[in-house]
Amino acid sequence: MNIMSNRMINILVPVISILLGLLVGAVVMLISDYNPITGYIALWNGIFGDSYAIGETIRQISPYLLAGLAVAFAFRSGLFNIGVEGQLIVGWFAAAYVGMAFDLPKIIHLPFALIAAAVAGALWGLVPGILKATLKVHEVIVTIMMNYIALHVVNALIKTLSGGGFKLERIHESASLRSEFLSNLTDYSTLHYGIFVALAMVVVMWFILEKTKTGYELKSVGYNDHAARYAGMSANKNIVLAMVISGAFAGLGGAMEALGTFGNMSSMGGFTGIGFDGIAVALLGANTPLGVIFGATLFGSLKYGANNMPNEAGIPVEIVSIIIALVIFFVACGYIIRVGLIRLRNKKEAK
Amino acid sequence: MLDVLYFIIPITIASAAPLIFTAIGGVFSERSGVINIGLEGLMIMGAFIGILFNLFFADTFGAWTPWIALIVAMLVSALFATLHAIASISFRADQVVSGVAINMLGLAIALFSVKMIFGKGQTDFIQQKIPRFNVPFLEDIPIIGPMFFKLVYGSSIMAIAVAFIAWFVIYKTPFGLRLRSVGEHPMAADTMGIKVTRIRYIAVLISGGLAGIGGAVYSQTITNDFGHATINGQGFMALAAMIFGKWHPLGAMGAALFFGFAQALAISSSSIKFLADIPAVYFHIFPYVLTILALAGFLGKAKAPKALGKPYIKGNR
Repeated sequence: MNIMSNRMINILVPVISILLGLLVGAVVMLISDYNPITGYIALWNGIFGDSYAIGETIRQISPYLLAGLAVAFAFRSGLFNIGVEGQLIVGWFAAAYVGMAFDLPKIIHLPFALIAAAVAGALWGLVPGILKATLKVHEVIVTIMMNYIALHVVNALIKTLSGGGFKLERIHESASLRSEFLSNLTDYSTLHYGIFVALAMVVVMWFILEKTKTGYELKSVGYNDHAARYAGMSANKNIVLAMVISGAFAGLGGAMEALGTFGNMSSMGGFTGIGFDGIAVALLGANTPLGVIFGATLFGSLKYGANNMPNEAGIPVEIVSIIIALVIFFVACGYIIRVGLIRLRNKKEAK
Repeated sequence: MLDVLYFIIPITIASAAPLIFTAIGGVFSERSGVINIGLEGLMIMGAFIGILFNLFFADTFGAWTPWIALIVAMLVSALFATLHAIASISFRADQVVSGVAINMLGLAIALFSVKMIFGKGQTDFIQQKIPRFNVPFLEDIPIIGPMFFKLVYGSSIMAIAVAFIAWFVIYKTPFGLRLRSVGEHPMAADTMGIKVTRIRYIAVLISGGLAGIGGAVYSQTITNDFGHATINGQGFMALAAMIFGKWHPLGAMGAALFFGFAQALAISSSSIKFLADIPAVYFHIFPYVLTILALAGFLGKAKAPKALGKPYIKGNR
């Protein structure tokens, strides 16, 4: 009898990676003379402790969903978009700028700000897309470089726009995603409507990939671009399109921060890290829309819950970054976990 | 004009030295066919270990402390790079993903340890810095002497030396030939009896060690402490230098010096008359834009090693 189907193994690999990550995290805490049990209880309370924590956790999940979607969408088309971080930063800036500089009725202003963020992210993805399609330049290096260009350019723009300062003015209420209802529901957390935007985008990604001709072409190029070309699809067009859509998702992720969480933008000393965590989200979710929801929920919760660890258990928040990095590492080593599982299965079958 | 050069060239060399070490490390790894995006994380580890060792052993070793700190940083970063080697060589992991994990892990471990040991976000300042020398005789050459040979960091001289040693090792020794062949065509190399896996492991460890030195040089010459923003993109800039230098040690050194020049301009442009009107952001993004242009082939063809990023699986065609 087949004890472990291949489908089962596909699910087990990420689960084992998470468990290994948490386990090694516990070992790190033990070595550093902290109590891992207190640590994990503090983490749990930080995520689910009260309705305020739950609200903040869901708020943290929204940008993670979009960053994960961005990475996953590019992956499905055979592209590795490490530039989500930069695309998110320009999206954040675009949304914050539109929210601050214009004064329009809400029904126009909010969509306008969201679209501005998506367009900014898409443009930032367009550059590596075109270079890959026309000149065969590897997208990984170009997107890394674009991240730094985004960081420096946005910082310079903030300085110019704020007259030498380090912060843009607050956005107008008409562009805000803030919600009194959601906030009251969760004991005055900063939970905002962004989560619905993010979930809608998950549906959009599913729809594009599974229900449209474009999506079929994108996936075909991802599987085998030679075959796709032979079948008469334009690989170049699809590469550019994939990077643009991926960048748009990332840009919207920035809009979550601009219009929901912070309501403005300050100049940045370094990256937000959301874009890089998006790689973890997508990998863990096997680049499927449903998987991204799962991955974003996990990593978003860990990231927010970690803030409770220094107070309750005296453990630095960075322990969670260590755990997330370890999970990525183990997912990357999925091959060896898979081999192990298949050996285990064969042994059991032989009995 | 000459005053400006007297001012800028020493800054250029000082900011280029860490990039040179790290970029040469990248050359070793990528020439063997293993992508190393993790240079940033390895540099962070080196910077952190360098400072940590320096702070704790300054009383024991006195003036030798920064040099011994470099060696310790090299060893620890090489050990850290083993993770990347195991994942990408033995476990056939996606090398880019593994590199991303190394970057996140390096930063997280360093910050976690800083908070644990010092109870705050950054370390104390070190007392024993890497010393500066006047190079005897050469400093007396008119014009060039004061520009290049007065008050240079010992580590900068080392960096230039390492670049030439790397060139010699990669192009003039049997090991270098094997390294390059493993990165171009591992199956052919294997057929000739070269141990592909072993060579790649050695290359990734060398890259970790050099990146560790690069990080420790940076933290012990420029920042003198360690915090979350100590290494902020230097690893990726070294990666850019490696590509811009076309995967050649001397090319990487040249590119690193060039990028160091851009950084020096960014720091000091406001105090130089004819550059004051140009916003610093142009100098900041300059290295990254150049790298994209180089990859796009506008600045001569940059060709990566052929087997770069592909795990070698015995018996596969």
